[in-house]
Amino acid sequence: MKNRTVKTVTIDRAVVPIEDERNLLELCRKAGVELPTFCYHSEISVYGACRMCMVEVEGRGIMPACSTKAEDGMIVRTNTKEIRDMRKMIIELMLASHDQSCTTCPKSGDCHLQKIARQLGVTKVRFKQMNDMKPLDFSSPAILRDPAKCILCGDCVRVCEEIQSIGALNFANRGAKAQVGTCFNKGIGDIECVGCGQCAKVCPVGAITPKSQIGEVWSAIYDSNKTVVAQIAPAVRVAIGEYFGKDPGSLAIGRVITALRRMGFDHVYDTCFGADFTVVEEGREFLSRKEKGEDLPLFTSCCPAWVKFAEQYYPDFLPNLSSCRSPQQMFGALCKEQLTKQLGKDRKDLVVVSIMPCTAKKFEASRDKFKVDGNPDVDYVITTQELALMIKESGIDFAMLDLGSFDMPFGFSTGGAVIFGSSGGVSEAVLRFAADTMEKGSSHDFRQFRGEDGIKTSEVNVGGKTLRLAVVSGLANARKLIDHIRAGEAQYDLVEVMACRSGCVNGGGQPIANNRFAVPERAKGLYDNDKMLQFHVSSQNPYLQKIYAQNLDEHKTHQLLHTEYENRKRIDQDDFVLSEAKVDKILTLEICFGTSCFLRGAQSLYKDLMEYIRNNGLEKATEFKANFCGKQCKKGPVLRVNGKSIEHCTFERAKELIESVIVEAAV
Amino acid sequence: MSKVFGTAFERVCDVLDRYERKPDNLIPILQEIQEVYSYLPEDIMTYVATALGISPGAVYGVATFYSHFTLEPKGKYVIKVCDGTACHVRKSTDIIKTLQNELGLNESKRTSDDLMFTLETVACLGACGLAPVVVVNEDVHGSMNPGKTKALLTKMREGEVECLNI
Repeated sequence: MKNRTVKTVTIDRAVVPIEDERNLLELCRKAGVELPTFCYHSEISVYGACRMCMVEVEGRGIMPACSTKAEDGMIVRTNTKEIRDMRKMIIELMLASHDQSCTTCPKSGDCHLQKIARQLGVTKVRFKQMNDMKPLDFSSPAILRDPAKCILCGDCVRVCEEIQSIGALNFANRGAKAQVGTCFNKGIGDIECVGCGQCAKVCPVGAITPKSQIGEVWSAIYDSNKTVVAQIAPAVRVAIGEYFGKDPGSLAIGRVITALRRMGFDHVYDTCFGADFTVVEEGREFLSRKEKGEDLPLFTSCCPAWVKFAEQYYPDFLPNLSSCRSPQQMFGALCKEQLTKQLGKDRKDLVVVSIMPCTAKKFEASRDKFKVDGNPDVDYVITTQELALMIKESGIDFAMLDLGSFDMPFGFSTGGAVIFGSSGGVSEAVLRFAADTMEKGSSHDFRQFRGEDGIKTSEVNVGGKTLRLAVVSGLANARKLIDHIRAGEAQYDLVEVMACRSGCVNGGGQPIANNRFAVPERAKGLYDNDKMLQFHVSSQNPYLQKIYAQNLDEHKTHQLLHTEYENRKRIDQDDFVLSEAKVDKILTLEICFGTSCFLRGAQSLYKDLMEYIRNNGLEKATEFKANFCGKQCKKGPVLRVNGKSIEHCTFERAKELIESVIVEAAV
Repeated sequence: MSKVFGTAFERVCDVLDRYERKPDNLIPILQEIQEVYSYLPEDIMTYVATALGISPGAVYGVATFYSHFTLEPKGKYVIKVCDGTACHVRKSTDIIKTLQNELGLNESKRTSDDLMFTLETVACLGACGLAPVVVVNEDVHGSMNPGKTKALLTKMREGEVECLNI
């Protein structure tokens, strides 16, 4: 007898039990039917825009599988003639308004549109080519936008809003003129985009891609005056193999090292060496702050997208951000400082190329704080994707390569550094360091911070102290956690933030994963690699100990391994005039309307001042201007009276200064 | 470049307070702000985003979705030419062409460089008996033709027709 408690759906004549699938599309996947889709991603909301996953439900007609719930007794057909024709037509219409320069597209080979067109047997387009040439957006160092290739699936819009809580990309206009774009059509590099590249990761076509620096790197390699060194981030080694037929998570570092040497890199080093320094510096900073009880929680600062996010949205927490540079930048600074001396080279002739899973690292390397006399500590940043392309460009047969090993001393690292590439890894490494420091010789793993959850919290006991930790990935999760902390609902000692869900293994420059198991497999690859290494606590790295002993006094440590943060305007916008002086100007008032000042009451200050101005008959002699962030966020609201700045401004203080200015003017 | 908005900004503050700075009220907030400025200036949209705690892109998305909202400043004379069925058969197209030629405007450029004139076409003003109809700011002019339109334009240029005071 049939078990009536099991609910089932019949999909293409196969009976499929309903378990926890959220919709018909997931149920179809379970049944082994790969429905084409552009806009369905399990981690973001269902949108139902692309209409590719249409199925026929008996008695109900044709419906989108992604936004239809599976119900007991449904009879579903996924591949009728009508549906096939419909899907083909949609693809043809998309192609007719898509810039089809596929051979030169950076997404070529990874493009969903290409793949689905082929899968559906679309061999010609019956419609007239309609795309108007839209200009490329080069404004960001991290990502490149090519709006002529956009198919309006909205994946980038949702990932930016839902996973990252930023909303830098939005739909604008409507109907035939609809487009995905930025506010006021500004360059993506001139607005609040943090460069995480998650939009590039979900973009099914070449409309958003990591901004390539391949050309610059080749030029440096071919320049005989330059010594070119590479540093490779941990997350790259467990993902790049996917481009050469290996499984996600399989360690490919040996072959990558050989490939880099063959391509012409003079030295091949490990970013993990920098990460060991980060652990030691951040660990010391943490223990010292915990001891003094000041500026807690300490937030990690290895993730450049998170750092920009904090600078824009949480200026009041900037003192809590670790002053440590990221592993990439610690490596760059140490390398340029030491290697130039060793080799007798000028800074400009030593080119540091870092190979990262991340697009935001491109932005980080371009920050002024990481330059000496205009020369950057890290010259170029290429992503895992770009490295794979360079290896292919070189005609190297990856599988046939011998395994190489890193050059010393900057190529030696501990397991504590390798796990940086996964969310929770930095915390675990810092805790290992803390445990080693406080309870000499103790060795612990802190496995509670591993795994895919977006927010992981735990208390651990180290050296008789209880440490409260939170590990978050995805900036929307970070926002949620910080808002709790700000409201006094939660207290932590250490908070690790990675902008990308699951950490760097899922970075914006990583290979496009074909299934949802790829990312956890990459993380597992890193933890497996940690086990294989000789040391697991960063401070035990012998080369690191040697450099601390011989080359780093307190001043140098501070100069090379630490940095400062700045309040950052979200949008590049000019000041604007609220009211103009009609006769001889006596008074110029400038008020800041940035988020921080706004929340601290800038608007009511403005209204009070306007009333005062009117009551004193000053309207005609006053110019009132506003800006969207004077970068004094912690001191808001900020008002300038004839150029004199008042921090934490109240109406009374403003009035006092205005009165003295008027007296002066009268004299 | 700095732009001048006058104390209209105080009205923006009032609108935001009246709607309790709730993102759900974005559309009525933008409508009232457009009444203040006759269009939606970029800086003001950014300010609205700050006040509502949403991204400027979200405000921009709504402002560009509805044809009611305009992101460009309008001229002192907003000229609406009716192109509904009755006006159309009575050659409103000629009037539109005349105005476009006189003012150096076209389909996508609707406001003259000197910010004096904005030309809009509307579907039906419900004054079909007067077709073809031209409305300047609030004043209705019926039974128009290219000649009368040019004469009206001259009057506006000479300041004999009241203009909007923005």
